[in-house]
Amino acid sequence: MEGVMSEQTFTATIEKDQRIEPRDWMPDGYRKTMIRQIAQHAHSEIIGMQPEGAWITRAPSLRRKAILLAKVQDEAGHGLYLYSAAETLGADRGDLTRRLIEGRQKYSSIFNYPTLSFADVGVIGWLVDGAAICNQVPLCRSSYGPYARAMIRICKEESFHQRQGYELLMTMMRGTEAQREMVQDAVNRWWWPSLMMFGPPDAESPNTAQSMAWKIKRHTNDELRQRFVDMSVPQAEALGVTLPDPDLRWNDDRGHHDFGAIDWSELKRVISGDGPMNTERIANRRRADEEGAWVREAAAAHAGKRAAT
Amino acid sequence: MSFDDAYQALTDHDDDARWAYGTGFSDPLAGVPTALPEGVDGADLAAYCLMIGDDALILSHRLQQWVTRAPELEDEMAIANIALDLLGQARLLLTRAGEAEGAGRDEDELAYLREPGDFRNVLLTERVDADFGHLIARLLVFSTWRLALLDHLSASRDPVLAAIGAKGVKEVSYHRDYAAGWTVRLGDGTDLSHQRMQAAIDAVWPFLDELFETHDVDARLAGVAVDPASLRAEFDAVLAQVLSAATLEMPKAVEAATSKGRDGAHGEELNEILAELQGLARATPGGVW
Repeated sequence: MEGVMSEQTFTATIEKDQRIEPRDWMPDGYRKTMIRQIAQHAHSEIIGMQPEGAWITRAPSLRRKAILLAKVQDEAGHGLYLYSAAETLGADRGDLTRRLIEGRQKYSSIFNYPTLSFADVGVIGWLVDGAAICNQVPLCRSSYGPYARAMIRICKEESFHQRQGYELLMTMMRGTEAQREMVQDAVNRWWWPSLMMFGPPDAESPNTAQSMAWKIKRHTNDELRQRFVDMSVPQAEALGVTLPDPDLRWNDDRGHHDFGAIDWSELKRVISGDGPMNTERIANRRRADEEGAWVREAAAAHAGKRAAT
Repeated sequence: MSFDDAYQALTDHDDDARWAYGTGFSDPLAGVPTALPEGVDGADLAAYCLMIGDDALILSHRLQQWVTRAPELEDEMAIANIALDLLGQARLLLTRAGEAEGAGRDEDELAYLREPGDFRNVLLTERVDADFGHLIARLLVFSTWRLALLDHLSASRDPVLAAIGAKGVKEVSYHRDYAAGWTVRLGDGTDLSHQRMQAAIDAVWPFLDELFETHDVDARLAGVAVDPASLRAEFDAVLAQVLSAATLEMPKAVEAATSKGRDGAHGEELNEILAELQGLARATPGGVW
């Protein structure tokens, strides 16, 4: 009887567009879906520190170094809020990290591409963070309260990052011819992977319907992808770069840009572990975890001694 | 801000408030007079700013190398934060060095275009960390020394150095607390962590004496610079307290390495740092970033 009442309360809360909080009753499927979604997001923040983090020591001016260091630090902070949000659902941070390292949980495939020049730092800010914002802004209204609140803070910081990335590209485009070529090359490499960040087409997205009903997800993958394309085109024009898609053009009838077919076989390849950097990203995370084990054990031992006295 | 159009903020060029850095960056030295104080030799002041500026720049670089390698996320954030504070101090000091020198060099020319022999950092800052214990031991020693130094510097006759000192005290107090906290946890943790922390403290000890040697530049800048020899007693007292709480032994006095980092004599490790720090900037002449 209590279960029925609880389920009614849960459904009514969702229907009224109110938030589910950690102590509220929720269906097991909802709990599992939320843990998976938040953990994947947290893992993406932590793995996402690597491609840009690799440029901190090599940043070509002290101002850019400070901006990049602060950005990568923000990503660690996002990972921390998100793991904490997952812990409100009964998950454990150490366990989630093990799942990541063992390949049992995913992270965003975008981070399996290499960062080949400093222009990549700018393009990641502009396109990758831009796509992330398109995906994440609706999550500020996610039905799970702790996640929605974490997303508000994360979206604010992501919008700084995006703007910093775009400003770096604007500066580089006003520099030497070699710098302009670096920017165009980076745009060529990151454009299609950015479009893939919105996930498979709606027709092939198995979880979308349930997630929309639970108000975990607010827009479909294809809707968000279209929004991203429409917003990026004028940005590219203002920057003076060409987006690498010969089929990209405004469609007056639809009121949107048409764009070329996405190579989904590549996305599948990268997701299933054959991207250029999958092995290295996980190996780095594993190494940090293993090399830090003695430190975490020492902290636990010390805390135990303190508690005993 | 409206969350539904965060992305459109890119075309919104009049809104400095949204920038974490960049156009809305506030100058921590705003309003501080930058003229050289009377009787101060510009070349000496520039040399002094490079000494304590390079310390911060080079140790920040070593800490940057830890990003994505920390044992726990909280430490990832703390180490990046400390690296960022030291980078900020380096930028202010290098900028001041350029002003005092009067040859038109800015922070980037000084960071990216000097040769290893022109760097003035102490050797302690350039070493590679063998493990997290070494990171902590070095940071404990460095931040204890630098906190005392910045505290005295806040009374410098040079208003810029005084402002940098006052700002830095708040930052480095946290660095010292962080390092002391981990020294205690590792020293009084497991047997393994105790051994490693003791080994790390022993490893930094030969590099201490250089921190407290009075250089000719320090001596000529009395009242402007801080005489590092005057910081030893405070340093020793803090270290004794932290090591005791950590159940670690104070290393016996060792024969000091003949360190002359302040005169530009460095190890190979500085060359490795500079290759990484300067490589891209030097490979793109005329580039704007």
